[in-house]
Amino acid sequence: MRRGWFLPIAAALGFSFLYAPIVSLVIFSFNESRLVTVWSGFSTKWYGELFRDPQMLNAAWLSLQIGAVSATIALVLGTLAAVALVRFRRFRGRTLFSGMVSAPLVMPDVITGLSLLLLFVAMEGFLGWPQGRGMLTIILAHSTFCTAYVCVVVQSRLGDFDRSLEEAAMDLGASPLRTFFDITLPIIAPALVSGWLLGFTLSLDDLVIASFVSGPGSSTLPMVIFSKVRLGVSPDVNALATIIIGLVATGVLIATIIQLRSKPKKAKV
Amino acid sequence: MTTARDPTIPPPRRLKPWNAVERGLAKVGISGRMLVLAAPVLWLLVFFLIPLAVVFGISLSTKQFGRPPYSPLLTTEEGTVQLTLHLNNYIRLFTDNLYIAAYLSSIRIAFISTVITLFVGYPMAYAIARAPDRWRNILLMLVILPFFTSFLLRVYALTGFMRGNGVINQFLGLFGLEPLVMMQTDFAVYVGIVYTYLPFMILPLYTTLVKLDVSLFEASADLGARPLRTFLSVTLPLSLPGIIAGSMLVFIPAIGEYVIPSLLGGPETLMIGRVLWDEFFTAANWPRAAAVAVAMLLAVVIPIMLLQRAQSAVVER
Repeated sequence: MRRGWFLPIAAALGFSFLYAPIVSLVIFSFNESRLVTVWSGFSTKWYGELFRDPQMLNAAWLSLQIGAVSATIALVLGTLAAVALVRFRRFRGRTLFSGMVSAPLVMPDVITGLSLLLLFVAMEGFLGWPQGRGMLTIILAHSTFCTAYVCVVVQSRLGDFDRSLEEAAMDLGASPLRTFFDITLPIIAPALVSGWLLGFTLSLDDLVIASFVSGPGSSTLPMVIFSKVRLGVSPDVNALATIIIGLVATGVLIATIIQLRSKPKKAKV
Repeated sequence: MTTARDPTIPPPRRLKPWNAVERGLAKVGISGRMLVLAAPVLWLLVFFLIPLAVVFGISLSTKQFGRPPYSPLLTTEEGTVQLTLHLNNYIRLFTDNLYIAAYLSSIRIAFISTVITLFVGYPMAYAIARAPDRWRNILLMLVILPFFTSFLLRVYALTGFMRGNGVINQFLGLFGLEPLVMMQTDFAVYVGIVYTYLPFMILPLYTTLVKLDVSLFEASADLGARPLRTFLSVTLPLSLPGIIAGSMLVFIPAIGEYVIPSLLGGPETLMIGRVLWDEFFTAANWPRAAAVAVAMLLAVVIPIMLLQRAQSAVVER
């Protein structure tokens, strides 16, 4: 087929639309002036300001902890759910179960946040637990919605691998549990890693759910950023954004390179 | 999984620790399946299903001062249990124009943005699918990268771009053009949704487009169809699954969006997610917020779930 000029130009415009705001954000993070949009000279003072801001640092540390714990809980729950959905063809309540697992994917954040907050308040009234709201309640909330994402990732990997390996292990006398740990787990390991990373990123990124279920004194990073951004421009947010974008870009770049290297060369069709 | 075994072959040596654990559990009447299911089922019951029931319950109560700030549904008075249900939140939803207007405007904004995202994303996905092999992975990575970068920070990046003295207006100023008012308008909300959800549109489109057989286009061209005609009668129909999947991935979350309308939209940009948020945080009316959530669930999520079910039924067939 003859390649026209339309596609390359449309793609170039599309990619500049995606990247121009990010690039300008990064450039203005090195701006001397407090005005984020008027260039007045190169400076790294906003980065210094950022690292001297205890509110920002505490929020970042809190978010990292919540992300790591939630992603880990979600990894366990999501993997179990995926194994159940892919391997157990029929069981009572399967439809309800698969609905519950995937519903958080389409549930608007405001509903998830409100429903969990009301649950925590009701639970505290009846059971006395969880006492107050803060890190624990945010972790519980994040683990729940991250489970759905982990489950999707692991499910697709479990769906397309060679069952005969598992059958061979069982025929050789390995119990289902042993088969799972010795055969299944190593094969789905890449999906587990990407599931965990996805959960971690989603947890770090969540503003709405955390705002509902957090308590006084436990503001996550997105909550602090949101309150700053709402009041107007703040150059230290630009600096923070630049650091995050740098980290993410490096991570994605490394992951892509590893993936490309490990992939066996496909035969040309 | 049972396979018939030759009785002359001795049963294989089983490895002990796992077997012991399994046998022990089996004695108590717990099968492996139940163990796998137990944790996710319990977790989702407690943190997904029950919360929805709680929301429904509280939507039937009414605001009061105190902790918690809503009236209890069940009260005990002289040994009798009384159930008090208030319908005033729902009546308010249907009589106060604010709520209906917010629903309609959310659907309108989400729909318009989805259409724009499709028009921006389709050529990009197509270009990536047709790009030479060594370019394809790099371009895909460029699409995925923003997706992993904080959503909130990307919306913030747009504010720096579109504000009164932002990059676009400074650029226009170079040509002596009047600055445009972009922030705090519905236009900014459209741009925000398109900008943040574009990867969700491109990825499913790319997956269907890259699988299309090139010989189909060649055949169409050989039969004398012009490129546009080939596109409309061959490519477009074949990529319909990707169009549907991508549009749903943009449309669904866009309806309940809170961050984009509150950072980019003006005070008159009504969206239902924002109304719920204000009802809860500003008005501190928990029961009303719960009623908005229930109505939103019925009006938005249930049709989507039915649609998904219908779609998966078609796929299985």
